[in-house]
Amino acid sequence: MPDKTEDIEFRLLLEAIFQKYHYDFRGYSTASLKRRLTQAREHFKCATFSTLQDRVLHEPAVLAQLIQFLTVQVSELFRDPTYFKALREQVVPHLKTYPSLKVWVAGCSAGEELYSLVILFREEGLEERTLFYGTDINHDALKKAEAGVYALDRIPLFTENHRRSGGKSSLSNYYTAAYGAAVLDKSLRQRAVFSDHSLVTDQVFAEVQLVSCRNVLIYFDRTLQDRAVGLFKDSLSRKGFLGLGAKESLRFSKHAEAFTEFARSERIYQKRGVA
Amino acid sequence: MSGRSGPIVRAVVIGASAGAVDALSAILPSLPKDFPLSLMVVVHLPADKKSILAELLGAKCQVQAVEVEDQEPIRPGVVYFAPPDYHLLVESEKLLALSSEEPVLYSRPSIDVLFESAADVYGTALVGIVLTGANSDGAAGLKAVHRAGGAAIVQRPDLAVASAMPQAALEACPSAQAMTLEEIAAYLCKLAEAV
Repeated sequence: MPDKTEDIEFRLLLEAIFQKYHYDFRGYSTASLKRRLTQAREHFKCATFSTLQDRVLHEPAVLAQLIQFLTVQVSELFRDPTYFKALREQVVPHLKTYPSLKVWVAGCSAGEELYSLVILFREEGLEERTLFYGTDINHDALKKAEAGVYALDRIPLFTENHRRSGGKSSLSNYYTAAYGAAVLDKSLRQRAVFSDHSLVTDQVFAEVQLVSCRNVLIYFDRTLQDRAVGLFKDSLSRKGFLGLGAKESLRFSKHAEAFTEFARSERIYQKRGVA
Repeated sequence: MSGRSGPIVRAVVIGASAGAVDALSAILPSLPKDFPLSLMVVVHLPADKKSILAELLGAKCQVQAVEVEDQEPIRPGVVYFAPPDYHLLVESEKLLALSSEEPVLYSRPSIDVLFESAADVYGTALVGIVLTGANSDGAAGLKAVHRAGGAAIVQRPDLAVASAMPQAALEACPSAQAMTLEEIAAYLCKLAEAV
């Protein structure tokens, strides 16, 4: 059966975005990407992906908006509390043996996961020796991450998550409520660096002891997943840790043998000691 | 056209909410061990709990029941359950995908998201079934299944524990067939014979 016209247009649109702007979504999972591009197409009132392609090629401003549709930005502070509990109870004791630490939150979006780690590291007495890198391809998300401002109505969930993660302090110590928003304490970002980095096209930029990359790989096809996990592997020091999302694993990864399952149910892996 | 002698069905998508466990328990255990189709199921669940749905129903079924993980291959004779707090999508006829995009109609997983992605991949080779539930998730999805040439079925609203969901689906997709749970089970078994 020949491809549906819409599928052809979909691939051409991704190709156009890559050739013109070097944002490469060609290796993303199709089903979810197509759904989001369909929402974008409706937002821009374009009847077809071809029409949207025409606009994005000739109006750079459209691209910036399109990126908001193409990247998924849904997270919470301490999302999946049991993951952070496992980091706290099982990984932190290892990290405490290092004099200085680097943590990489890959696909940090608006910063929820990174700030969760900063708070956790502060509670565990590791913050002062740690540098936190948050990277994403979405510039708007990075700006939001740097601002550290979240809707106030999300705070009850964040507070409950933090408590269930084994939090040793009150989350209210870390934000001020103002005008319907919760503003995270500036001190949380003192040791954080947010920057533009693509798991698809960029290279390793630092040696780190912990990579946390949760619910990012689910949007990649297997080839792209291999590339991303390869970057994590090359970036991690020996015995460094890799944390994935609750439903992600290395079971199909070509780099699986470079890691051991450290906390299986929480999808925390440890890089093997021998190179 | 109610007699589906034409296209050969390869997959079944099912959505259920309030009353889901009992409804699925009336359907899935009837399927034979060598059931030749793949089934994908979205049940609305609390986001913060581990789901025991696959274990619970798997224990009653001859077909295998699994909770989907990233990069899950699609095999015949397996019932795939969406994990709590993720959307389940059909990526291709060989592969499922998960997403943590925003909830749709307050639901993640969303029945609409599964049905729409399945309709896109399977077209006429799909059956969509909306069971009991107290909201309107699944209505747009069932319409998409029908529009792509697949078969649309709802549980009879008057017999459902919660009628709102099959009723909304029926209104969005008036050509859907309304069946009892027993009729749905028999329909699926008959489909299997035709493959």
